[in-house]
Amino acid sequence: MSAPTTQPGGETRPLAFVSAQALRERMHAAVNDPHLRTSFRGAMDFLMAKRAAQFPDESELTSLRELSEGIRQYSLSKLPDLLEQLETNLTRNGVHVHWAETPDEANAIMLGIARRHAAKLIVKGKSMVSEEIEFNHAMEAAGIGALESDMGEYIVQLAGEKPSHIIMPAIHQTKQQIARLFADHIPGVDYTDNVDALIQIGRRVLREKFEEAEIGLSGVNFAVAESGTLCLVENEGNGRMCTTVPKVHIAVTGIEKVVEKLEHVAPLFSILTRSATGQAVSTYFNMISGPRKPDEKDGPEEVHLVLLDNGRSQAYADEQLRKTLQCIRCGACMNHCPVYTRIGGHAYGTTYPGPIGKIVSPHMMGLEQTHLLPTVSTLCGACGEVCPVKIPIPELLIRLRGEAQSKPHALPAMVGQGAGYDRLTTFVWRMWARVYGRPGSYRAFSWLASRFRMFAPSQQAGWTAARTPLTPAPRRLRDMVRNRR
Amino acid sequence: MSSPTTGAGQPARSYPPRPAAVYFYATCLVDLFVPEAGMDAITLLEREGIRVIFPDNQTCCGQPAFTSGFPAEAREVAASQLDLFAEDYPIVVPSGSCAGMIRWHWEKIFADDPVRAARAAAIAERTFEFAEFLVHVLDFRPRDAGAPTTVALHTSCSARREMGTLLVGRELLARLGNVKLAIHDHESECCGFGGSFSLKHPDISTAMVSDKVASLKATGASQVVTADCGCMLNITKRAAKEDQDAGRAAPSLPGEHLATFLLRRTGGQASGEQR
Repeated sequence: MSAPTTQPGGETRPLAFVSAQALRERMHAAVNDPHLRTSFRGAMDFLMAKRAAQFPDESELTSLRELSEGIRQYSLSKLPDLLEQLETNLTRNGVHVHWAETPDEANAIMLGIARRHAAKLIVKGKSMVSEEIEFNHAMEAAGIGALESDMGEYIVQLAGEKPSHIIMPAIHQTKQQIARLFADHIPGVDYTDNVDALIQIGRRVLREKFEEAEIGLSGVNFAVAESGTLCLVENEGNGRMCTTVPKVHIAVTGIEKVVEKLEHVAPLFSILTRSATGQAVSTYFNMISGPRKPDEKDGPEEVHLVLLDNGRSQAYADEQLRKTLQCIRCGACMNHCPVYTRIGGHAYGTTYPGPIGKIVSPHMMGLEQTHLLPTVSTLCGACGEVCPVKIPIPELLIRLRGEAQSKPHALPAMVGQGAGYDRLTTFVWRMWARVYGRPGSYRAFSWLASRFRMFAPSQQAGWTAARTPLTPAPRRLRDMVRNRR
Repeated sequence: MSSPTTGAGQPARSYPPRPAAVYFYATCLVDLFVPEAGMDAITLLEREGIRVIFPDNQTCCGQPAFTSGFPAEAREVAASQLDLFAEDYPIVVPSGSCAGMIRWHWEKIFADDPVRAARAAAIAERTFEFAEFLVHVLDFRPRDAGAPTTVALHTSCSARREMGTLLVGRELLARLGNVKLAIHDHESECCGFGGSFSLKHPDISTAMVSDKVASLKATGASQVVTADCGCMLNITKRAAKEDQDAGRAAPSLPGEHLATFLLRRTGGQASGEQR
């Protein structure tokens, strides 16, 4: 698949199979796009500085990260129990709970709800899970409109694109491009690249839609099992509108988002906003614990929660891979990633780009489509260093490289295991181990390499594309050491 | 034991007293491609009165296979290295990433082999990155004999995040009276080497190393100093290619391993040419 096929102003076509070659082509195009390079570098520098300003005290950061990691690991350790408890308490609060194993199941559930209410328009708050399941496409295929109300998502939707960042979906768009989009797609709007004016235009359009929509859709940042509360973090207030104005509210989220107690939310919320956008707190923090009660004047009449698996239980089943599910979707890993900074979010071709995308997408899409992704990293460790819940991302990348390279196994830990296996690479590493694993062989090999250094090729694949060749030294260190003594 | 690659920050480490002897674990890259860096490190250690043992059976720490997703091959190579360090001397490694491999990953790759895992753990405890060893074990106080100069320091990601040796590199340069350190733009960012990454994804690797070279050059520093030969080869050979393409005869960004730089600055005879 390449960047999803788009029609101007239309809906994004669904993701098809992602080949390794297509990924290579997209990355090549992205890294050679000077506009993209400059804009992402600037944006990521800005976000890194904002985050750094939130954590002036290293030891406070260290202890908050440890606490947050601890909470996420504790929650995951009790995940099945917590999910049951969540369902019980939400049901008691009057929320309908649905379970979906696949994106298709999740969409079918939500389509069923929409049809029951004869909905024509669903207005959406920001939800990466809805991107993951291509909710908009599924609804439009059934003749139901799905309108993004988060400003960044709205821009991306107008452009017929997908988000290029999980927190700032339209970060790849310049204000001039946005001005053009608005002028071209919103009736009666003239070109203006005044940011305030653009926001006012978007707001005006969306306000009407909140009234019109029968259903509001949102994601969930934290689902509290003990009280049956859905917590939603946002900045624009559109999340609150989506969850209170339409008469039906559907929340959709991954099964990993559950925590046991309300008190577990506070540290996670704090580290989330500080890591993500460098805000001490977000402008809005919504806590949803059920539909409108008989004596209440507003709120939805019906609330649903759709809990999605989509490969998460595969990650859950393995002690090491389970750490993937600690993620609270702050995006700090992409902001700090030197690869993401250079290729932007679309090149990855996955819903979740950047370091987190490389470790979570293989579970969602299988390794057949994603086996190259974990190799697109220098393992520099910047992602792991900033991760607020201490996911050892480099370690997981190495693990996934191994899963991709291993021979297909009868009882695979992952769908698509061995998809990156090729005989030549495996043979080369076997030979390497033969030589380097036997000191005598290594001595002979390195003596030959040094002795016949003049035969070192002058073209060394990717290396010499940008560098002068690597040539063995005339004398190895061991020769220098021996000659001196 | 958890690896600080996870971002745990650097756990405080206790350092041994000044030893009579050390093992020098040169790494495969130094042995074959940058032997002068290894030789200069050995010379420096000996000048400090330390006996340096070079185990002749040393090959590689296994890192290339480990990070490429071939743990069995990494294990085979690492297993061949477990016998090299019979005495209880510290092991000094002139590379942050190889030191990090031994210190944090050897034990893990032997997870299903408790005997080797225990030996690997014991080796990990006494493995030190070269600059770390100079500062924390030897308290190396060089007398700078060189002319005033400004240099840039590139710290490898492994040294920075696995071995926590960003500060020791700076500390060593600060102890040289006539050397000024120029901090380059995006100093903490990776140079784009990443081992096989540079071969597998040359476009992105090139973009990263070009940016790194540009920001190093922008400091006006006379050279770059680094304690990791992988980064050094990546950066200096990229700069050399730029020189070649521009028809420049003199290198615009020469580079040296920290050991060579320290040796030259303190009146020692470096064993090779500057790169």
